Amino acid sequence: MTGGLRLHVPEPEVRPGGTPDFSGVKIARAGSVRRPPVDVDPAEIRDLAFSIVRVLNRAGEAVGEWAGTLDDEELLDGLKAMMRVRAFDRRMLMAQRQGKTSFYMQCLGEEAIACAFRKALRPGDMNFPTYRQQGLLIADDYPLVDMMCQIYSNSRDPLKGRQLPIMYSSKSHGFFSISGNLATQFVQGVGWAMASAIRGGDKIAAAWIGDGSTAESDFHSGMVFASTYKAPVVLNIVNNQWAISTFQGIAKGGSGTFAARGLGFGIPSLRVDGNDYLAVHAAAKWAVERARRNLGPTLIEWVTYRAAAHSTSDDPSAYRPKEETDAWPLGDPVKRLKNHLILTGAWSEERHVQAEAEVDAEILAAQKEAESHGTLHTGPKPSVRDMFEDVYEEMPPHLRRQRQEAGY
Amino acid sequence: MPRMTMIEAIRDAHAVKMAEDETVVVYGEDVGYFGGVFRCTAGLQEKFGRNRCFDAPINESGIVGTAIGMAAFGLRPVVEMQFADYVYPAYDQIVSEAARLRYRSAGDFTCPLVVRMPTGGGIFGGQTHSQSPEALFTHVSGLKTVVPSNPYDAKGLLISAIEDNDPVIFLEPKRLYNGPFDGDHDKPVTPWSKHPLGEVPEGRYVVPLGKGVIRREGSALTVLAYGTMVHVAEAAAEMVGVDAEIVDLRTLVPLDMELIETSVKKTGRCLVVHEATLTSGFGAELVSVVADACFYHLEAPIVRVAGWDTPYPHAQEWDYFPGQARVGGAMKRVMEG
Repeated sequence: MTGGLRLHVPEPEVRPGGTPDFSGVKIARAGSVRRPPVDVDPAEIRDLAFSIVRVLNRAGEAVGEWAGTLDDEELLDGLKAMMRVRAFDRRMLMAQRQGKTSFYMQCLGEEAIACAFRKALRPGDMNFPTYRQQGLLIADDYPLVDMMCQIYSNSRDPLKGRQLPIMYSSKSHGFFSISGNLATQFVQGVGWAMASAIRGGDKIAAAWIGDGSTAESDFHSGMVFASTYKAPVVLNIVNNQWAISTFQGIAKGGSGTFAARGLGFGIPSLRVDGNDYLAVHAAAKWAVERARRNLGPTLIEWVTYRAAAHSTSDDPSAYRPKEETDAWPLGDPVKRLKNHLILTGAWSEERHVQAEAEVDAEILAAQKEAESHGTLHTGPKPSVRDMFEDVYEEMPPHLRRQRQEAGY
Repeated sequence: MPRMTMIEAIRDAHAVKMAEDETVVVYGEDVGYFGGVFRCTAGLQEKFGRNRCFDAPINESGIVGTAIGMAAFGLRPVVEMQFADYVYPAYDQIVSEAARLRYRSAGDFTCPLVVRMPTGGGIFGGQTHSQSPEALFTHVSGLKTVVPSNPYDAKGLLISAIEDNDPVIFLEPKRLYNGPFDGDHDKPVTPWSKHPLGEVPEGRYVVPLGKGVIRREGSALTVLAYGTMVHVAEAAAEMVGVDAEIVDLRTLVPLDMELIETSVKKTGRCLVVHEATLTSGFGAELVSVVADACFYHLEAPIVRVAGWDTPYPHAQEWDYFPGQARVGGAMKRVMEG
C-alpha cells in the first residue's frame, strides 16, 4: 500500500519497567473551582467538565465553595465507613486466596466515591451500581455477614447461590442487582428515574459506570434518555484509569475528559476529585439536589485510580508499572480524610490505630459468623431445589419436569 | 359485540389496562402523538396523557433498558419495537437483564415488562421488515413468548401479558393486522369484520398465557402452528382435503404440552409449520417434544415446513413464504408416510 493512512491506536504514557508519569494529568488547586447554583444554565458551566472540583488541599484543609457540607461527626462516620470497606476487601481477598470463594473484587483507592455518595442520598433512592461500589452498601450499614454469605455462596446467601461473588442486590438498601454485563445498568437507572418522575414522586436514581464501559452503547443510550426526559438521575462515571489492562485512552479517544461527554447532551457535567471524601459528598449533594428539584440529570466524572488488581483473576504488573499507585497525584482517600480530621482536632493517630483494630475485629467476627453458614466448597450450601425457583413467578410445567428429572 | 381488527384489539387491550392500572405506561418509536406506524397505540396519548404514552428516541436497547428500570421501580411498561427486525440492539437488555432479574436477585427485583413487536412477512418488507425471531426468545429462560393469530386472542393475550409479573415477548404477525391472511396473496384480504374471531368483547377479559387452542378439529393429522401459519394451515387442509387437526399454540413458552400430546396421540401424525427459518427454529423444539411424548403413537415421521434458511428476500417473497402449496404438500407427505 502506498497511501498515507495509518490507524491510530492510543497507548498509555508508561508501561511496566518505565517511570510513572502523571504530569499530563492537570489538577486544579483545591478550592479553586466555583460552586454554581443548582439551577444554573448548563451552558454556563461547560468549563467544569474540564477542571477538577477539590476541597481538601495538600495540607489537609477544607477550602473553597464546595467545603462545609459535612460536620466532624459525619466525617468521622465517613472515615470509619471507608476503613470498614478497606478491611472488608482485605479479608475477602484473603478468603478468595484461601479457596473459600471463586472470585473477589476490591475497590482499593476508590472508597471515598461510593461511601460519600451514599450519604448524599435518602432512603428510597436507588443506585444502579457496578461491581466496585460495595461502599454504597457498607456506608448504609448493610449487614456485612450478608455480604460475606453472598460472596461465599453459602446456605445463608441472600441470592441463593445464583450470582458470582460481589454481585449483591438489596432493594431495601437502594442497591439494584448487579448484572455482571457491563453498562446495562446505566440506562436502567435512567428508566427507574423516569418512572419516579412519571409517578410524581420524590425518589431519585443514581446510575454508575466505569471509564472503560462508557464506550458501550448503553452509556450513550442512558445519556440520550436522561437528557430527553430530564430524568431525576445522577450519572456517575468512575474513572479509575484502567479497564482491566486497557488504559482510559482506549474508551475516551480524542475526548478531553469523560465529563465532557455530557456537554453534547446539554447535561450539566462535573469532574471531581474522587479521592477527596469532602469533594465527593459536596458534588453528590449538588447533583442529588438538582435531581430532587426536577432540574434533571447531572453527569459526574469521579477522577480516581484503581490501586489494586481489577479482580482476583488479574495481575496488573503485566501492563502498568508497580510504582504507578504511589505516583498517583490525588493520593489515598482514607489518608487524606484522616489527615484532615487530625488537623481539625477531631481525630488523632492513636484513635486511628485503635479504630483500625476495632474495624478488623468487627470484620473478623462477621467472617466467622458467615463461615459458620458455609463457604463455596465446604459446609452448608444453597439448595439445588432452589436452582429452579425464581426463573418465573410461577414455575411452568417444563421446569417442574426438569426439577423432577434432576432429582428434586 | 364489537368487531375489531387485530390493530384495534391490541389498541383496546392497552386502553383497558391503562384505564384500570395507572402503573401501565406505553412508549416506543412513533408510539405517542402519532400512535405507532401500525396505529396500535393511536389515541392513547390523547386519552391518558404524555406521561403515560410517549415517543421514544430511535434506540431499542434504550427503550428496553429504561423499561427494565421502570419495571424495577414498580411500573408495568409496555414498549413497542417498531419491527421485530429492529429488536436486536435490545437483545442484551432482554436476555441478560429482563429475563434474569427475578432469578439473579432471588425475587428482590422483578421485571413485569411487555415488549411488543410486529413480526413476519407478507408485506414486501424485505429482509429487515419481515423476520420471525421468536426462537431467539424461546431459547431464553425467564422469558415468555406469545404469538396471537386473531383479534380476540390478541386482546386477551396482551391483557394477560401486561398483568403477568415476568417479561413477555409479544410478537404480532403484521400480515394478520387487518385480516386472516391464508397465504393466498392474489386474493383480496378478508377483513376481520367478516371473521368470527374479529368479534372482540369490550372491557377486560384474558386469554391465559401457556394455553393453546384447537382451531380446527380433525382426525387425520395434527398441525402445530401459530400466528399467520394457523390460517395458512386451515386453507391448506381444505385445499388438499386432509382432515387435519390444527393446533394454534398461541404461547410458545410456556408451551401447552398437554394439548399437543392429546392431539398427536389422537391423530398419530404431526406436521409442524412456521414462517421463521428452518434450522434451529421453534419447530425443532416442537418436533423434539412430540417425539419424546408421542413416539409410540406416531404412524409417520414428523415433518416441518418453515421459511427457507435464507434472509427474507424482497422480490421472491412468495417463493420464500411457506404458503398453502408447501403446507398442503407436506400434509400429503405426512399422510403417505
